Amino acid sequence: MKKLISLTLAATLFAATTAQAADITLLNASYDATRELYKELNTAFAATSKTDHVTVNTSNGGSGAQSRAVIDGLQADIVTLALASDIDAISTKAKLLPTDWQKRLPQNSTPYTSTIVFLVRKGNPWKIKDWGDLVKPGIQVIVANPKTGGAPRWAYLAGWSWAEKQPGGNAQKAREFITQLYKHVPVLDSSGRGSSITFTKRGLGDVLLNWENEAKLALKEPGGDQYQIVYPSRSILAEPPVAVVDKNVDKKGTRKAAEAFLNFLYTPAAQEIEAKHFYRPRDPAILAAHKADFPTLPLATIDGDFGGWGKAQATHFADGGIFDQIYQPGSK
Amino acid sequence: MSAIGLKFSTLKARHVLPGFGLSLGFTIFYLTAIVLIPLLALAIRPVELGPLGFWNAISTPRVLASLRLSFGMALAAAIIDSFFGLIIAWVLTRYRFPGKGLLDAVIDLPFALPTAVAGIALSSLYAPNGWIGSLLIAHGIRIAYTPWGVLVAMVFISLPFTVRTVQPVLAELGLDVEEAAATLGATRVQTIGRVVLPMLLPAVLTGAAMAFARAAGEYGSIIFLAGNIPAVSEIAPLLIITKLEQFDYAGAAAIGVVMLAASFVMLLALNGLQGWAARRR
Repeated sequence: MKKLISLTLAATLFAATTAQAADITLLNASYDATRELYKELNTAFAATSKTDHVTVNTSNGGSGAQSRAVIDGLQADIVTLALASDIDAISTKAKLLPTDWQKRLPQNSTPYTSTIVFLVRKGNPWKIKDWGDLVKPGIQVIVANPKTGGAPRWAYLAGWSWAEKQPGGNAQKAREFITQLYKHVPVLDSSGRGSSITFTKRGLGDVLLNWENEAKLALKEPGGDQYQIVYPSRSILAEPPVAVVDKNVDKKGTRKAAEAFLNFLYTPAAQEIEAKHFYRPRDPAILAAHKADFPTLPLATIDGDFGGWGKAQATHFADGGIFDQIYQPGSK
Repeated sequence: MSAIGLKFSTLKARHVLPGFGLSLGFTIFYLTAIVLIPLLALAIRPVELGPLGFWNAISTPRVLASLRLSFGMALAAAIIDSFFGLIIAWVLTRYRFPGKGLLDAVIDLPFALPTAVAGIALSSLYAPNGWIGSLLIAHGIRIAYTPWGVLVAMVFISLPFTVRTVQPVLAELGLDVEEAAATLGATRVQTIGRVVLPMLLPAVLTGAAMAFARAAGEYGSIIFLAGNIPAVSEIAPLLIITKLEQFDYAGAAAIGVVMLAASFVMLLALNGLQGWAARRR
């Protein structure tokens, strides 16, 4: 009996001391494709902290939807979204972080990058090699709506940039190519994950345009031997940035832990995990070690080729923008 | 004189039952808190657009096409479900057979199922590589990822309304009316066409109205099956979500208001029709 009492006492004491060491829970609002990545990063980060007990929870969804959730009051400490304009929106519409947020962390606040690749069916029956092959008669292209998804927005811009850089290419030619391209899209899902499912599970379409990391993940899953990846002659440097949501962390007193988590993403240990999940790590040494996974190809950049997100968004994806005009009834 | 006296007595009779003021007050409070305030919040949102902005937000060809699709298909689904709902209700009330209880329970499943689950199940069935889809595609018929996918999903989710509104009325109808008609020399077709159906009509219309309203507002199951191509297979609720994701709250609410108004007018019309049918009986 005495033993039992002392045991209970010890347990109570133990509970009391652990409760005294800061017990912090962070919420990371991220996009669909990072589900598996952050699961591993969160565990690895929890192991690094010695004093505080930090748990990171991740909420996944379409990048635009997540951005809207944070604007509408989701108490996320950090946002790790598919494109900078979705974090810009949090800054301009809800003023939860300063407009120059992307300068606060190295390399445009993107610890890892990705690009857009083609996923085709085994043996590549349509001999799809490059963007130009996608608009041949009979080809069905699976890609999500660029107005709502992150990956599809990068895919649209990658295709545009390819067309513009062809011999004799210009903005008008690029526009004609993009219009043709979306005429070959039979289903317009609202997110990149949705279009992956349409292509793999529903067996629809001949080629899927998606993140390099999603395509490689599809190859690893059961039935992944049914597909192969095609790298086009030109794609885009996709930068999915990360940021601390200032107003939220200051209210919750979690700034230190949130900043530590984002800095952790740049450390060799985290970069290794990112490479393992097929995100291109920024660390040159780790990128070199995984060279076989990440072929080099000419990449457009959002700032260099499109004048930044603000301009790209207004020209291409805003209401009445070029993408909307593709679907105006009567357009060719 | 007697007519006035009658009217007066019915007015008075209303107060014979105590608690009218209290219960009416509670009804109004409850409706306001649960239904009217959220709808008012929706209606206020597009005010910032101004009349011209509101008109511009809802009059683009893409918005009009999506509204046509949502309401057109919802009407078609309501008509289809009313017909088959009537047959199902008839079978369930008029005949006894093994497994009837099970069948009766199955009717409500579209209610209970999360709509996304229904959508995924339907799309895996009707996709070109699915059980039904692969049979249809052999005959050149495509359902999934076309506007017909919208109809299939709507028919599925709104069936319970049409069965459940007709069923109790049919159960109470009793066989004696039909027997009376038969003894008076009516043929079977005459009995059904001139006796049974007119009595069921108000219930059928109620079911149709509910099925229509449910189908017009449906989102979860349809987006998995429709293909979502702007101006072709894009339903109005999806356009609202798309606008929200672009942070265009006022534009989204503008379409919402139009849907609300259209649904309300349709429901009023159906209610009127139902009242007319009930009076004619």
